[in-house]
Amino acid sequence: MEAALALLIGLFIAVAIYLILSRALIRVVIGIVVLGNAINLLIFVAGRLTSATPPIVPPGMDAALGMANPLPQALILTAIVIGFAMFAYFIVLALRAYQATDADDINHMRLAEPEGEPRPPLEY
Amino acid sequence: MLEQPTPLADWIIILPVVLCLMGAALLLVLRSMVRVQMWIAAAVLLVVLICDGLLLQRVLAAGPLTMTMGNWLPPFGISFTADAMGAGFALAGAFVALCVILYAQMDTPEAAVRAGFYPLILLLVAGVSGAFLTGDLFNLYVWFEVMLIASFGLIVLAGNPLQLDGAVKYGILNFLATALFLAALGLLYGLLGTLNMADIIGRAQRAELALLAAIAALFALAFGMKAALFPVNAWLPASYHVPPAAISALLAGLLTKVGVYAFIRTLAMLLPEARDALAPGILTLAVATAILGPLSALAETNLRRAIGFILIGGVGVSLLPIAGASVPGLAGSTAYVFHAMLTIAALYLVAGLIERVTGQGDTRRMAGLYAANSALSILFFVLVLAVAGIPPFLGFWPKLLMLQGLIANGQWLQLFVLLGNALLTLIAGARLWSHIFWRGKVERVALPVTGLGSAVLLTGAIVLIGLWPSLLVDAATIAGADIIDPARYIASVGLAP
Repeated sequence: MEAALALLIGLFIAVAIYLILSRALIRVVIGIVVLGNAINLLIFVAGRLTSATPPIVPPGMDAALGMANPLPQALILTAIVIGFAMFAYFIVLALRAYQATDADDINHMRLAEPEGEPRPPLEY
Repeated sequence: MLEQPTPLADWIIILPVVLCLMGAALLLVLRSMVRVQMWIAAAVLLVVLICDGLLLQRVLAAGPLTMTMGNWLPPFGISFTADAMGAGFALAGAFVALCVILYAQMDTPEAAVRAGFYPLILLLVAGVSGAFLTGDLFNLYVWFEVMLIASFGLIVLAGNPLQLDGAVKYGILNFLATALFLAALGLLYGLLGTLNMADIIGRAQRAELALLAAIAALFALAFGMKAALFPVNAWLPASYHVPPAAISALLAGLLTKVGVYAFIRTLAMLLPEARDALAPGILTLAVATAILGPLSALAETNLRRAIGFILIGGVGVSLLPIAGASVPGLAGSTAYVFHAMLTIAALYLVAGLIERVTGQGDTRRMAGLYAANSALSILFFVLVLAVAGIPPFLGFWPKLLMLQGLIANGQWLQLFVLLGNALLTLIAGARLWSHIFWRGKVERVALPVTGLGSAVLLTGAIVLIGLWPSLLVDAATIAGADIIDPARYIASVGLAP
């Protein structure tokens, strides 16, 4: 099960990198979401995978045998919430940037770093 | 083992974060009262500054201080642990934020205040203070996201196309860096089963080195992106010059330094064995950053972009002693980051004043500003000397500490890179100064008292600490010793070393 999920995480990260390297801003944003989900899955697997054993240790027993660690699942909840907020922000930012610069193509967004600037002066 | 509840006096460690968060909430409630916003924010930051000062004083006198939340025993509860490095950086951060607020009052339009300018600054300071004071790696991630969200808000607040363009690059690359940090965090938890920093130090010694080194490399990539280390620093010159100068100063003074702090914390203190395995890589990147930063500044004509490149060079310098670390070397690193927080923020504030007088950011078209406002030229000159590390200004002492460490270890490459960076930075800064202030003549221009005053305040602090450096050097030496031998840090959390 871990091996299958590890392969899935690798696939997600490959897809995310492919999308983030794209020039279209909206694809980059989708790539970021896929990357966030890949990392959430990664933390999930780090906490052990078991089926239907509640993480409750009966009195007198030693801890952590045959049950998944609940802490990474709590971490994922935090990360999902933060990731969702960021996704919402990036969607609005991409839309506003598209309207303001009239470009969805990253290569055409050169306002902050204009191309073809004259060279700096060589004397005083 | 820790048994008693935290004494009331130790609660001072969470006050900087709590006060900023509550102040931000209060300002949001009062958002229609535009006049009082700045005064409440300044008052909150002043109290935070005093708390940070008291905290640093306690930490220097009695060693690291820990508070673990929610009545859980460490390593299970979330710990806040202040050591000399964290408390000192938090103090510098609060001081920079206070100066920036006094400065911003000059040129922040009412619309921006209504849209939440001051609450966002307080949230940013809360995130930065939390990152400096937390003793838990996942908590560090959360504070990274808090300050990231606040900085996203601040950078696009005016909402013109230039800022949206910069925000796209800044936002996406910084979010990518925190995502990588989260991945490294998950892998480290899978390997060690703990997130408490003090506990990680103990368990990492028993873990398999190859796995640990791979995770440490992921940490180095994530924090390197945050700290603007070459070659993953293209977002910084693309974005730090687009917001108003006050916001630039805040981002440059605080955010990149949190990246450097996290780099030092994880690689020098938490995972020293893995750091030694990665040492050649870290050294290469630090050397490239320290040299390419000021070289790029030489070839830059936009004033604030040029300062951004000088900042990048400083990041490289502060990470030079990490590979093959020694106590004076790491003391120099922490003192350098402290100095860079103040000096770079002051440079951006002065750049904002220069742009206000000349109405543009292109140094080729500025000239003769010396006649227009000589105070400005003196400030800029002092800051150029401070950032290059010319005695007696603040930048000299951290470099002296680093040189001591590098000579003692026989690390000649780092030594010459450090000196080369200082020379190139001096040339780049002097070149900017002569382009802006010499040649031609312009009408005399007066500047608003608050704007010039806050720049003078920050520069005055830089000059004073430079003239009486013993406190800084002592504090940095304690910080460096605690990083190399974290026994006191672990004991303060309440774990067996």
